Amino acid sequence: MKRTFMKGCEAIAEAAVRSGCRFFAGYPITPQNEIPEYFARRLPEVGGQFVQGESEVASISMVYGAAQTGTRAMTSSSSCGISLKSEGISYCASAHVPIVYANISRGGPGVGTIQPAQQDYFQATKASGNGGFRMMVFAPSTVQEAADMTYAAFDYAQRDRNPVLILADGVLGAIIEPVVLPPMRPDEEVSAMKKAQRSWALVGHDPAKEPRSFIEPGHWSIQEQEQSCKDNAALYDSWEKDAQEESLMIDDAEIVIAAYGISGRIARSAVSLLRKDGVKVGMIRPKTVSPFPEKAFDKLNYKRVKAILDVEMSIPAQMVYDVRLAVKDRCPIETCLRSGGEVIRREEIIASVRALSKA
Amino acid sequence: MEKVYGRTAAIQKDMVSSLCPGCMHSTMFKLIGEVLEKLDILSRTASVFGIGCCGLGMQYITYDNVTAPHGRACAVATGVKRSTPETIVYTYQGDGDLASIGLGETISAANRGENITVIFVNNGIYGMTGGQMAPTTLVGMKASTAPGGRNPKEHGYPLHMCEILNQLTAPVYLERCTCNTPANVIKTRKAIEKAFQNQIQGAGFSMVEVVTSCPTNWGLDPIESLKFLEEKMLTEFPLGVYRDRQEA
Amino acid sequence: MERNIMVAGFGGQGVMVMGKLLSNAVCDSTTQNVTFFPSYGAEQRGGTANCYVVISDEPVGSPMSDTVDDLVIMNGPSLNKFLGKLKPGGILFINNTIVKDAVSRDDVAIVKAPVTDISLELGNPKVLNVIMLGVYIGYTGILSEELMLATILGQLGKKASLLELNKTAFARGLEIGKAAKGK
Repeated sequence: MKRTFMKGCEAIAEAAVRSGCRFFAGYPITPQNEIPEYFARRLPEVGGQFVQGESEVASISMVYGAAQTGTRAMTSSSSCGISLKSEGISYCASAHVPIVYANISRGGPGVGTIQPAQQDYFQATKASGNGGFRMMVFAPSTVQEAADMTYAAFDYAQRDRNPVLILADGVLGAIIEPVVLPPMRPDEEVSAMKKAQRSWALVGHDPAKEPRSFIEPGHWSIQEQEQSCKDNAALYDSWEKDAQEESLMIDDAEIVIAAYGISGRIARSAVSLLRKDGVKVGMIRPKTVSPFPEKAFDKLNYKRVKAILDVEMSIPAQMVYDVRLAVKDRCPIETCLRSGGEVIRREEIIASVRALSKA
Repeated sequence: MEKVYGRTAAIQKDMVSSLCPGCMHSTMFKLIGEVLEKLDILSRTASVFGIGCCGLGMQYITYDNVTAPHGRACAVATGVKRSTPETIVYTYQGDGDLASIGLGETISAANRGENITVIFVNNGIYGMTGGQMAPTTLVGMKASTAPGGRNPKEHGYPLHMCEILNQLTAPVYLERCTCNTPANVIKTRKAIEKAFQNQIQGAGFSMVEVVTSCPTNWGLDPIESLKFLEEKMLTEFPLGVYRDRQEA
Repeated sequence: MERNIMVAGFGGQGVMVMGKLLSNAVCDSTTQNVTFFPSYGAEQRGGTANCYVVISDEPVGSPMSDTVDDLVIMNGPSLNKFLGKLKPGGILFINNTIVKDAVSRDDVAIVKAPVTDISLELGNPKVLNVIMLGVYIGYTGILSEELMLATILGQLGKKASLLELNKTAFARGLEIGKAAKGK
């Protein structure tokens, strides 16, 4: 398999194009500028459209518009820019418009820092906008995963007619790593995928011959609105089967690290080093943070596990609440946290595990 | 007997209007529908409606429709048109939607010269939310959020969208019309037709601003509203073609 | 096996390009895992620039380590700032045209190369990073000279004059690196 040496942001953009994405709108914000810049060069080559929107708010609305036509469409931003997109994302979720977006997250709250952080977990998994909608949220930990997850995200978005989020961070956006890129979908396939959406897509229908496309981000009738909420709830429940995680060396583990994304990959190498020293440590790394891979925590042997160590680049910890729900008081949960743009050090994780292991 | 006039196929047959007496939105939905039929583009038109009374039309029309987030109709239309150029895309927006919360989206789409048609319905007040001050509310005109009337020292002056967009290079067509008399209704239909023809020809951004009334929130009956529109609104918002790059 | 490398200097010295070329060559010519991580800040120009390269048999965990095996220092301020990161027994590469400070450690190997002087001698100050890359490969031998050169030539300009310049620059660096290794 041919390896390409690619920056995280660029791999996300290229994988999107290969998956059939033909529309991107975005607004500059560090550390995700390489995504719009890549699309600006790349989309014209494949007959797609790139628009630099006048704001994040406008950009997500453009993507909402483009995706309504059945076109695979994407936007990206970082943290405070993602907040601005909340309006449009909520509309997409309500109106069943399949979009993909990436958050190359940075420190927060507010304008925060431009350095990497994982402060947007709640926003990503619990409330990406008003109305209690949910989305599938993928948390890549390598450039390869970023490419693969973005490629698949468009399929999930169209399957569910719902937004899908790629939750990465400033490190993952900036690092360059070897990546085996997913295959380029041929033009005919991309056109066919768009045509397959035609019945609901906002492309024009003859009112005398066929039902019109009527894309409703809300309902006048309260009965219809309630039904829409129920349908959404059923969709969200159906995602249990889609939860993905990496469980590493958990069989005999006494300490189990829970970490996702950038923290997850750093923790993985901590596990590797600790194991060489004979420390019985394992890891559960959610690859989807929504749906959260709860069942993976049921596979732990709680007679043996002394503690779970939740590792996040977020202060206060956020994913730890999902971990608690999954662990259900079967063992203590501790945290190892950094934030503000500090990338968590492997040595810090190792020290935390050793402390718990001796306790 | 030959049928010389009928309901446009763009309006659903079985719907009864729930718009207020004297509201001109119903006239607008009809005019747009007639134009779409005349130009034979009904089957490939996508309408992007704003939030507010303008959005009520979604229930009445027979063709493709989406509601944009408040103020973002021009951005949504940009996405639809750019990704599917063969589709005819228009936005239908009120003054709060287009000129207040969506001012940035409106100006930016106009400035990019997006090949879309914008129908801007200006009645100088927020309708659905109950009579709050709009960017186009006249000086002295009372609103629920300006109980003493619009005061320039506090609220500034009414915003003139045709004049503002006329400062940009890209737009091809900007006209302000009204619907207070049969003659003006016919003129408005012609303007709408031109705005769609421009899009069919790929000419670029067209906007038709239509000055209308809101008897309910103006606190006037429909006939008094027409008088107010004629005497006050049209003095502040003069009718006419502000730009026509497609003129032979 | 995991090898952590840090390159640091002024913005404009090609620090990022040097890290990228090295890691790109590993990607192109080996099956090893490799990660390049550029530090980034708000400034577009000037200031200090540094980047990390991690080469590993296992998947790379942390793209930036607290301690590094090899430290490449292109300017004075970087020496003071990052010397503490170098592991005992690590290798310190110094651009001694402009880094004149004495190195305050005796538990590391020190390879000095006047790469700014050589680049000026070659008529193009931009090639100092290619010279340093030559020094690095010449000393460590972590990649074959041919594979490293192929990546350099593939990535940096296809103009004939540039090809020659980069070849010469790399060769000059190699000589210094190998000579230092031989000592």
